[in-house]
Amino acid sequence: MNRLLINKIVLWLSILSALIGLGFLAWILITLFVKGLSSLHFNLFINDLVNGGLRNLIIGQFELAFFASLVGIPLGMVAGIYIQEYGRGRYASLIRDLSDIMVSAPSIVIGAFVYAIAVKPFGGANGYAGVLALSIMMIPIIINTTDSMLSLVPRELREAGIALGASKYKVIFDIVIKAAKVGIMTGILLSFARIVGETAPLLFTSETSSYFNMNLSEAMPSLTVSIYNLANEPEQSSRDLAWAASFILTIIVLTINLTGRFITRKKG
Amino acid sequence: MAIMDIKNFSFTYAGALTPSLKKINLSIKKNSITALIGPSGCGKSTLLRSMNRIHDLYPGNTYDGQILLKNLKNNKMENILDIKKENDFINLRQKVGMIFQKPTPFPMSIFDNVAYGLKLMGLKNKSELKDRVEIALKGSALWEEVKDRLNKPASGLSGGQQQRLCIARAVAVKPEVLLFDEPTSALDPISTGAIEELIVELKKDVSIAIVTHNMQQASRISDFTAFMYLGDLVEFDKTENIFLNPKEKQTEDYITGRFG
Amino acid sequence: MEKLFQKLSFASASLVLVLLVGIFITLFHTAKPAIDEFGTHFIVEPAWNKEIQLDIPSNQSPTIKETIEDDETIIDEDDEELLNDSDDIIVDEDDEDISNNIKTTKTIFGGLVPIIGTLLTTSIALVFALPISMGIAVFLSQIAPKNIATPVGIAIELLAAIPSIIFGMWGLYYFAPIVANLFGGYQVSLLTAGLVLGVMILPFMAAITRDSMNTTPDVLKESAYALGATKFEVIKDVIFPYSKTGIIGSIILALGRAMGETMAVAFLIGAVYSIPKSITDPTISIPVAMAVNFGEASGLGENSLFYLGLILFVISFVIISIAKFYFLKKKD
Repeated sequence: MNRLLINKIVLWLSILSALIGLGFLAWILITLFVKGLSSLHFNLFINDLVNGGLRNLIIGQFELAFFASLVGIPLGMVAGIYIQEYGRGRYASLIRDLSDIMVSAPSIVIGAFVYAIAVKPFGGANGYAGVLALSIMMIPIIINTTDSMLSLVPRELREAGIALGASKYKVIFDIVIKAAKVGIMTGILLSFARIVGETAPLLFTSETSSYFNMNLSEAMPSLTVSIYNLANEPEQSSRDLAWAASFILTIIVLTINLTGRFITRKKG
Repeated sequence: MAIMDIKNFSFTYAGALTPSLKKINLSIKKNSITALIGPSGCGKSTLLRSMNRIHDLYPGNTYDGQILLKNLKNNKMENILDIKKENDFINLRQKVGMIFQKPTPFPMSIFDNVAYGLKLMGLKNKSELKDRVEIALKGSALWEEVKDRLNKPASGLSGGQQQRLCIARAVAVKPEVLLFDEPTSALDPISTGAIEELIVELKKDVSIAIVTHNMQQASRISDFTAFMYLGDLVEFDKTENIFLNPKEKQTEDYITGRFG
Repeated sequence: MEKLFQKLSFASASLVLVLLVGIFITLFHTAKPAIDEFGTHFIVEPAWNKEIQLDIPSNQSPTIKETIEDDETIIDEDDEELLNDSDDIIVDEDDEDISNNIKTTKTIFGGLVPIIGTLLTTSIALVFALPISMGIAVFLSQIAPKNIATPVGIAIELLAAIPSIIFGMWGLYYFAPIVANLFGGYQVSLLTAGLVLGVMILPFMAAITRDSMNTTPDVLKESAYALGATKFEVIKDVIFPYSKTGIIGSIILALGRAMGETMAVAFLIGAVYSIPKSITDPTISIPVAMAVNFGEASGLGENSLFYLGLILFVISFVIISIAKFYFLKKKD
C-alpha cells in the first residue's frame, strides 16, 4: 500500500509542477494585461516616443526584424539545404553542430561582436548593425528548422524526382521544399517572433531613438530597448509607458508564435 | 532483342566489406517483363537501382562490369556506367524510368505531377502538355477517375491511385525501360490487381524490369524471371521454366517455399 | 545552375563557421589589451574600474609602498586627468625598465564579481527549475491524457516565447517584492535574479526532458506495467534510466543558456560590483556588466568588457557543446 501512496504523491506533485508552470505564465500574462491595458490608449499608436507614444518604436522594431529576416531567411534556408541535401559527411555535420550551438549562444556577445565591427568603426549606433545582430541570431535557428523539416521528407520522393531526370536543385526546390513547406514556414514565423522580441543584440548596435526614424544608417527606434530605458527612468509616466510597450510587445510576439504553430496543426 | 544488357556487373555499397552483387549477367528483352525475385538481401533492388544509376545519389559506392543500354537512334549498346556528365544522367533517366515501392506523388496537382517529366524535357506548349498528360493518364487507367480534378493536389488520391499516378508520370516521358521496385507491396489486393494489369498492358510500349518479393506476382505477369540469392544470379530463364522446371536446386527450394 | 547553387549553398553553410570564428577573433582582438594587461589574474580580481597604486618594481621595500598608499586619496584626484590623457601612459606593472615611475596609479579591471554572479545566478536558477521542470515533463509525458498534454505543452512553450525583457518587467515589479517579503534583504538581488532566471529556463528544460522521456520505447514501459509496477515505479525504474542522458543534457544546455541571459537579469540583479555577502544582496553578472557598461566604457574598460564577453562566449560554447555531444546525441 505504501507503493500506491508514493505513486499518488508523485502524481500530485507532477500535477502541482504543471500548475506552477502554468501559474507563472498566467501571472505574467495577467500582469501584462492589467498594467498594459490600463496604460493603453489610441494615442500611443499615433505619437512617437518623444511625444509620449510608441509609434516609432513599434515601426522601428518591425523594420529591424524585417530586414534581419530579409538577410537571415534566405541565408539560413540555403545553408540548411546544403547541410541536408548536399552535405557529405563531416563538414556538413560540423556546420550542423556549430549552428545548433549558436542557437543557444549569448545574445549579448553577438551584440558585442557587431558593436566591434559595425558600430565602432562607423562612428556610432546604426540600424545596419542592429539588422546584422538580429540576422546573426536568426540564421542558426532557420538553419536548424530547415534542416529538420527537410530531413522529414522521405528519401523516395527525392529519388522519384531524380528518376525522372530532374537535377538535384530542381528536386530540392520543386519537390522537397514544397513537401516541407509548412514546417519551414512555421520555423520562419517562430524565429521571427523570437528576434522581434530581442533586446540585448540591439542595446549597443542600433540602440534606440525617441524620434521617428526609418533610416538604417542612424540609430533605430526599438520597442525593446526603450522598454529597458523607460523602466529605468524615475517618472511614473515612463513606467506606465514601459508597461504599455511590454503589453504590446508580448501580444505581437505571442500572436506570431501562435500563428506559426497554428499553420502546422492545420496542415498537419 | 535485348534493350539492356548487364555484363559481369558487381556492386559494393559504400563502406561495405563484401559486394552486394557479384558478376551478374542478365539481359532485358525488348517489350517483355523481367521479374527479379529472391529472398531479402539477395541484391535484387540493388541491381534494379543500378539500371538507372540512382545509386549515384549516394557517394562512395564502387562497381565493376558493364550495363549496356541500346541507343535506339543508332542501335548501338552504350555502357551507362560510363556516364559522368549531369546532362547524360538526365538523358539516361528519361530513357529508363523508375517506380518505387511507396507511392511518391509530388506535392503538386495531379496535372503538374504527370507533366513534371515533360516540363523537364523542355516541353512548354500548353496544349501539347495537356494532350500528353491525358494520354499518360489514360495509359495508366487513371484518366476517368481524375479527369475532373486535375488541378487538385495529388495527395488527395488513394494509395492505389497515387501509384498509378506515379506510373502515368513515368510513362508520360515515353521511356524505353521502366523499372518497378516492389510497386504493389504497399497496396491492398484490389489496387495490386489493377496495377498488375496495367504493367502487362504497358509492355507493348516499354520494356519492364520488376523487383518483387511476391512469387505469385512474378509468375502471373512476367515473361522472364531472374532468381537471385546473396548477390549472385542463380538462375535466369523464361518464367514458366523457372516456376515449373527450375534447373538449380536453390531456385527450386525458394519456389517451393523451403526458405525465403 | 546546379553547380552554381551547390557553390552558393556551400558558401551559405560556411558562413556559420566564418561567423563563429569571426566572433571569437573579434572578441579576442578587442579584449587583447586587457588580456595582456591583466592576464588570467582577471578572473580572480574583484575590483572593477578601480584606481590603485602602481606597484613600484619589486626590489623596493614594502614600507615605501605603504607611505604612498597613505597619500592615495590625494594622488587619485590629480591622476585622473593623467589617466584620461592617453592610453599609452598606462604602465605595465611588471615593467622594470622604467626606474623613474612617473605614473603612480592605474585603473584595474577584474572579472571576479561578474563571473561569480553569473555562476551563482545560474546555480540558483537550476536548483529552482529542476524539480519543477522534471515534474512538468513527467506530467506531460506520462500522466496527462493527450487532450490535456497538448494544450498544456503549448502553454509551457509559450512561456519560453515570452521575451526576456518582459520577465525583467514582471520580475522587478511583481516578483521581486514577494521574494523580498519571503526572504528579507533587497528586492533586486542574486536570489531574485536567480529565481526569475529559473522561471525562464523552466519551459526549456521541461520540453527537452519531456521529449527525452517520450523516446522510451513503449514495449519497455509495457513490460514494467505488466509486472504490476505503479506509474511512479515505471518512471523511476524504466523511463528515467532510459532518458537519463537526455535529461542531463537538458540540464547542461539550460545552464549554458541561463549564463548568457541578459535583460531579465539586468532588471533584477542590481548591477552592483561587489561580491554578495548574502543571497539577498545585489551583485552583477557578466551579461549585465556588459549591458550596463558598454555605453560609457572606453579604452581598457572597453577591452575588459570584451574580455568578459570572451570568457562568457568560451564557457557557453564549451558547456553547450558538452551538452550536445555527450548527452544529447540523437539516437539514430
